[in-house]
Amino acid sequence: MKRDVLENAFNRQKAFKRKSTNYRKKPLSTEKVPDVPKGLYEKCNSCGERFIAKDMIENKFVCPSCDNHFRLRAIDRLNITVDPHSFLEKGLGFITLDPLFIDGYEQKIAQYKSQTSLDEAYIYGYAQIEGIPLVVGVMDSHFMMGSMGSVVGEKVTKSIEYALVKRLPLVMFVASGGARMQEGIFSLMQMAKTSGALKKLHDQGLLFVSVLTHPTTGGVTASFASLGDIVIAEPKALIGFAGPRVIKQTIKQDLPEGFQRAEFLQEKGMVDKVVHRHKLKDTLHTILQLHQDRGV
Amino acid sequence: MDILKKEKKLLKLEEELRELDDDKKIESIKSKIEDYKYGMMQDLSAWDRVLLARHSKRPTSRDVINALIDDFIELHGDRNFADDKAIIGGIGKFRDRAVTVIAQQKGKTTEENIEHNFAMPHPEGYRKALRLMKQAEKFDRPIITFIDTPGAFPGIGAEARGQGEAIARNLFEMSALEVPIISVVIGEGGSGGALAIGVANDVYMLENSIYSILSPEGYASILWKDATKAKKAAEVMKLTSYDLEEFGVIDGIIKEPIGGAHHNPQKTYQAIEESLQKALEKYYNFSNYEIKTARYTKFRKIGFFQRFNYDNLKGVVK
Repeated sequence: MKRDVLENAFNRQKAFKRKSTNYRKKPLSTEKVPDVPKGLYEKCNSCGERFIAKDMIENKFVCPSCDNHFRLRAIDRLNITVDPHSFLEKGLGFITLDPLFIDGYEQKIAQYKSQTSLDEAYIYGYAQIEGIPLVVGVMDSHFMMGSMGSVVGEKVTKSIEYALVKRLPLVMFVASGGARMQEGIFSLMQMAKTSGALKKLHDQGLLFVSVLTHPTTGGVTASFASLGDIVIAEPKALIGFAGPRVIKQTIKQDLPEGFQRAEFLQEKGMVDKVVHRHKLKDTLHTILQLHQDRGV
Repeated sequence: MDILKKEKKLLKLEEELRELDDDKKIESIKSKIEDYKYGMMQDLSAWDRVLLARHSKRPTSRDVINALIDDFIELHGDRNFADDKAIIGGIGKFRDRAVTVIAQQKGKTTEENIEHNFAMPHPEGYRKALRLMKQAEKFDRPIITFIDTPGAFPGIGAEARGQGEAIARNLFEMSALEVPIISVVIGEGGSGGALAIGVANDVYMLENSIYSILSPEGYASILWKDATKAKKAAEVMKLTSYDLEEFGVIDGIIKEPIGGAHHNPQKTYQAIEESLQKALEKYYNFSNYEIKTARYTKFRKIGFFQRFNYDNLKGVVK
């Protein structure tokens, strides 16, 4: 039985490598939130403008007419951010289990695994940006809304520890709906685990840049996502602790325009800077360069 | 029949007892009440425990503090924005030792509940808690926290002032505080709002309290899009003290008197006092470094997953 598990996981890993080239061709989400359009011609789900899908990739998955930032898969994020061929994935081989025996959870995980070719909603590894080495972690909101269960929590902690051991700066792209409900109290405790690991990184004087993308909510906002030395947000990204629906239900009022969006948070002093996706790589490069001088 | 209905029946029996004056009958009814009370507490379902944890007569943090902490001086405000009444904090003496106490405060009546915002803290509440914890570290005082909240408050002001950041900062700083922190969940422990004062060396739970990622109602509405399935959610969430002890997430259960904490508060306070005393004694000989390492290691280990090394596979799989 154990051998089966190992073989399955190994095959998945091989499939991941094989599929990673045409990874983007499998759209998953049918929600209204911005997503990568499928096919040759697609229209933006914000302004309705039609365009050629190939142009989209060149435009870094930003709508040319209305500047809508689409939700990115982890691999696309890496492609547009780090130097080509520099990414080396770490922390493979984690298997998600079902601690509370929730009906359908295992099937759901299996389904997401085959749809996204990912093992979990978070990948991390060594990479370079314009030749500067760093540890980069990317959450993929296509995998169960990027929710944080035991495996994601452990991998986030591992990526922090990897940065700690290698004494490299850490850049994390966050996109998550929060803690994973199906894993109950274990998900909750990942918040303490990841935050504690970041404290160790902080005490060692290493840089942590957290990039908040659409959407960043719940337990992830209330743990590692908010703890960056520098917190960057993408335009119009939804960032908050409680979801807008819950707030609306609780206070029984309509929410103001632009509430919980990146620009709102910058105005309230909760993020350092809202950066357009076209300028993100340059900004990160500058930040990394500025911190390189002191030998980090 | 859930526990509240059974309790009503118990109250009826007790009323009967008061109206009687025949000695023989009194004896028989008294034993009947004892039997009923005992039977009532057998095989409690998870939902029963949720109801008990939210019981309107259940001792609140203030009651526990009044019973256990001598010379309690409450300290207010986060020095930034306001004083949040959902979290109370201060200094006092626990068995002749100076301690810092931080607790989430529910009310017993509607007015009290509104005053304390149903124990749902705003960011300033968490920042006040952090300020008091830093103060405790400065003066080398152990910290005791009592957890009793449905969760952090979801509101416009709370979001604008950084609810997520405030909770995250607490988790961040608490993981490396150099004084022992002991937490007791005395009622509801709901989501990050509870964890934000619960990153402790030892976490204890009262027998009939709950600790979960979200309220059963919220859980049902997220997972099944139906908040009325809360009862079912409570059963699958594994939120009772016994489940969590099995998972190794908490360090111990504090037994409650028969009928629940509100049937004999004095006995409950005594049980809490003993557990706290034992825990504080345990950390008395620890150095500062050992205290913070023990806490970090404890949380570092929590997680439920499997991992294997690909290198070991080379001989197994072609």
